Amino acid sequence: MLTELTIASAQGGLKRRDFSAVELTQAHLAAIEALNGRLNAFITITAERALDAARRADAVLAGQDAPALTGIPLGIKDLFCTDGVRTTAASRMLEDFVPPYESTVTANLLRDGAVFVGKTNLDEFAMGSANITSAFGAVENPWKRTGEPDTVLVPGGSSGGSAAAVAAGLAMGATGTDTGGSIRQPAAYCGIAGIKPTYGRCSRWGTIAFASSLDQAGPMARTVEDCAILLQSMAGFDVRDSTSVDVPVPEYRAACGRSLKGMKVGIPAEYRVAGMPAEIEAAWEQGIAWLRDAGCEIVNVSLPHTKYGLATYYIVAPAECSSNLARYDGVRFGRRVPGESLDALYEATRREGFGPEVRRRILMGTYVLSAGYYDAYYLRAQKVRHLIRRDFEEAFRMVDVLLTPTAPSPAFAQGEKMDDPVQMYLNDVFTVPASMAGVPAMSVPAGLSGSGLPLGLQVIGRSFDEETVIAAGSAIERAASFAHRPALRAEVA
Amino acid sequence: MAYVIEGRTGPWELVVGLEVHAQVISRSKLFSGASASYGGEPNTHVSLVDAGFPGMLPVINRECVAQAVRTGLGLKARINLQSRFDRKNYFYADLPTGYQISQFAHPIVGEGAVEIELADGSTRTIGITRLHLEQDAGKSMHDQDPARSFIDLNRAGVALMEIVSEPDIRSPEEAGAYLRKLRMILRYLGTCDGNMEEGSMRADVNVSVRKAGEPFRTRCEIKNVNSIRYVMQAIEVEALRQVEIWEDGGEVDQETRLFDPARGETRSLRSKEDAHDYRYFPDPDLLPLVIAESWVDELESALPELPDAKRERFQTEYGIPRYDAGVLVAEQATADFYESVARGRDPRLAANWVTGDLFAALNRTGRTIQDSPISAEALGGMLDLVTDGTINGKIAKEVFEDMLETGDSAAVIVERKGLRQVTDTGAIDAAVQAVLAANPDKVAEYRGGKDKLFGFFVGQVMKAMAGKGNPALVNEALKKVL
Repeated sequence: MLTELTIASAQGGLKRRDFSAVELTQAHLAAIEALNGRLNAFITITAERALDAARRADAVLAGQDAPALTGIPLGIKDLFCTDGVRTTAASRMLEDFVPPYESTVTANLLRDGAVFVGKTNLDEFAMGSANITSAFGAVENPWKRTGEPDTVLVPGGSSGGSAAAVAAGLAMGATGTDTGGSIRQPAAYCGIAGIKPTYGRCSRWGTIAFASSLDQAGPMARTVEDCAILLQSMAGFDVRDSTSVDVPVPEYRAACGRSLKGMKVGIPAEYRVAGMPAEIEAAWEQGIAWLRDAGCEIVNVSLPHTKYGLATYYIVAPAECSSNLARYDGVRFGRRVPGESLDALYEATRREGFGPEVRRRILMGTYVLSAGYYDAYYLRAQKVRHLIRRDFEEAFRMVDVLLTPTAPSPAFAQGEKMDDPVQMYLNDVFTVPASMAGVPAMSVPAGLSGSGLPLGLQVIGRSFDEETVIAAGSAIERAASFAHRPALRAEVA
Repeated sequence: MAYVIEGRTGPWELVVGLEVHAQVISRSKLFSGASASYGGEPNTHVSLVDAGFPGMLPVINRECVAQAVRTGLGLKARINLQSRFDRKNYFYADLPTGYQISQFAHPIVGEGAVEIELADGSTRTIGITRLHLEQDAGKSMHDQDPARSFIDLNRAGVALMEIVSEPDIRSPEEAGAYLRKLRMILRYLGTCDGNMEEGSMRADVNVSVRKAGEPFRTRCEIKNVNSIRYVMQAIEVEALRQVEIWEDGGEVDQETRLFDPARGETRSLRSKEDAHDYRYFPDPDLLPLVIAESWVDELESALPELPDAKRERFQTEYGIPRYDAGVLVAEQATADFYESVARGRDPRLAANWVTGDLFAALNRTGRTIQDSPISAEALGGMLDLVTDGTINGKIAKEVFEDMLETGDSAAVIVERKGLRQVTDTGAIDAAVQAVLAANPDKVAEYRGGKDKLFGFFVGQVMKAMAGKGNPALVNEALKKVL
């Protein structure tokens, strides 16, 4: 079954000509055909382009030295601008926007031969934790609670379309973006792996901005090794992004089998939050035991400012978003709703173009940056952010990685938690601190909940030390031998 | 010379500070690779970054930073090795991203000073508060279509330096002198062309008035004044308006105003109450701007000689008067022209010819020193003929006029017209004899003690020799005979 393969194994199969790139792409397009109507994981499907790319890939594979991703079908989060392919950010505002340029991250993947099967769904402008704010409809998580085949679960967000597509076998891997947990939390909810690399590791050029000081692209795939392969291609310095960092990109894949003997793993006390479900606690304890068995030394550490992480995030991110989204004004591109005056045009365009969650965050951001409130909110949030970053620096003086749960619960059902935005924001409580600090963090599937849903563990590492994160993630993956697959998936539907 | 507004209640003092927006001379824009050159069909110098397309990011242009540092050094200002870009958020159709990237809290250049000179020869120092870098906005055009407005983004993203003065200016004359001096420095540095007509330099004028010894009163800002003359006029009418309000027992409102040169008045644009809340915050797409001290030193050592230093040097090196030196250094091209005329020649003679006959001729023909019909070499060649006695000063004027018209060299003209000075004492003596013979009565008067007539005899002899007589020899011959 071609849609069950990992990227690593597909690379071998393509090289040996066990199957062609066209066959591999066709299998995934067939899965999309069969399942996307239900999952709504893709906003735009690019079947023709994908088949063309696959044919070119086969030609390249016939020769020597095909690049690493030649012929590998991927989904691209619809926040990455793709040359000549509609890029919507899941917003009415950009419903018909076709960029004449290719984001650096997707250009890197294309350079390495990847085949893009389509643009995946997300929360509008990446604002959300359940993929329910998309202007193109919610995404369904392919997993089902035991005995509840009719309950529709959310895939997490904002990269919910990517997570669902990868979990259900509609793509071998996908790109995501993570601002406060948007790769890790949906990866956990959908039983796949995903890594948010260090801020500055992947170029933000051509990726539609949500909160510039936090946004970072990263891969989502069914295994840690596949994430390593994808990140290898996506990462790298880019002169067009001033916050991109010019440091060498190591061989991530080589880190997968690395021994963990003598590695120090920190367990932050502050992540034991009140009211955390016992099964999340148990999964965490299991993860600790696995790493101890792999030769790690377990160290209790403290990240004292963790409790301010979420509050700080919900000041900084909306502040930046209120400014970043000002360009969607109906004047130059995207939706325009005419008005009697310029102000009326702005108001009508933005009222109609943006959904409620985006409007809420723009309003919050505008408020916290306003004269008279700046010092009390934004400036103070920046100071706390500095303290959060210092917490991590202090911790990484003593340990090599931190281990925590990825999310405080397994995937929940559509409709649950949804009437209270604050409840919704709490989904990000474990992922946000690493985002605030800019350090790399990965979610790895670690087991199933009592209701049969995947649970993820999060490994957090030092800046630019994705290798150690991958090594630890890979060890957990081996120990968990997580072979469960969702109820809805290619070739079983 | 104190500038005083005489009101009904007594004298008022003027307090003015200027914010000058100077467009940076650079090949590309502050944060994009698009051309920064002036003109061009609308929207031809626009990159995706300038148009604020999704996912586009700014990247700082090193040359623009260098220009700001050079300007800071030229203003004798502190260069901040670490500065920062902030976003100034507001909605306008010609502001594509919905914010302007500017330096608000941490500018690249700190305090400096500009020395100005006034008509009475006195000098004053005007403090510079700061200089910061920012992006220009685009241009809305409302006159192309009855129903719609069009937008030209050619200028969007071009680098501007905002140069903010202390409220040290006390008269319209000082404001004019400050702007002229600032423009001179920018042009010398090659960091801004100072062309106010094309909008590459424009000023926001902050005006208030007070009684002597008082603290500052409420100020009004007059936006976007685009000529030095208008700046001076705007200050004058705004100060009078404010004095009138205070004297009528009213209160001047802090507001932004526009100057209407046609009506000679300022008008309210917006009050403090409806002022924008720009919601400044550090631009998260850009890292703090950190520059090396060694780079600043490198830029400093490569700075051109600035007007004040050049003027000092002209006075000491060439021994010309301060006023003449000031006129010659007003523009770099004039100073260069003068120096190539003066090199190896009598510098005072050179100064007289450049500031006198040459300037008059340029004025008359509406030309500038750059397209002078007489090159520095040609003028120097003529001075050489004066110095070696080939022609005298009077003939030189005739040769100069001929050079203007024909473009020929002085030597060619002298040969063609036979203007070579006569030093043959025989010819001079003959002319002297003839003049004396023709004016026996005048000779008698002179000999009777009317000394002033000597000039008459010199004139007559020179006239008889068609102006070509060597003046010294003519004098000598006349003295001997008389």
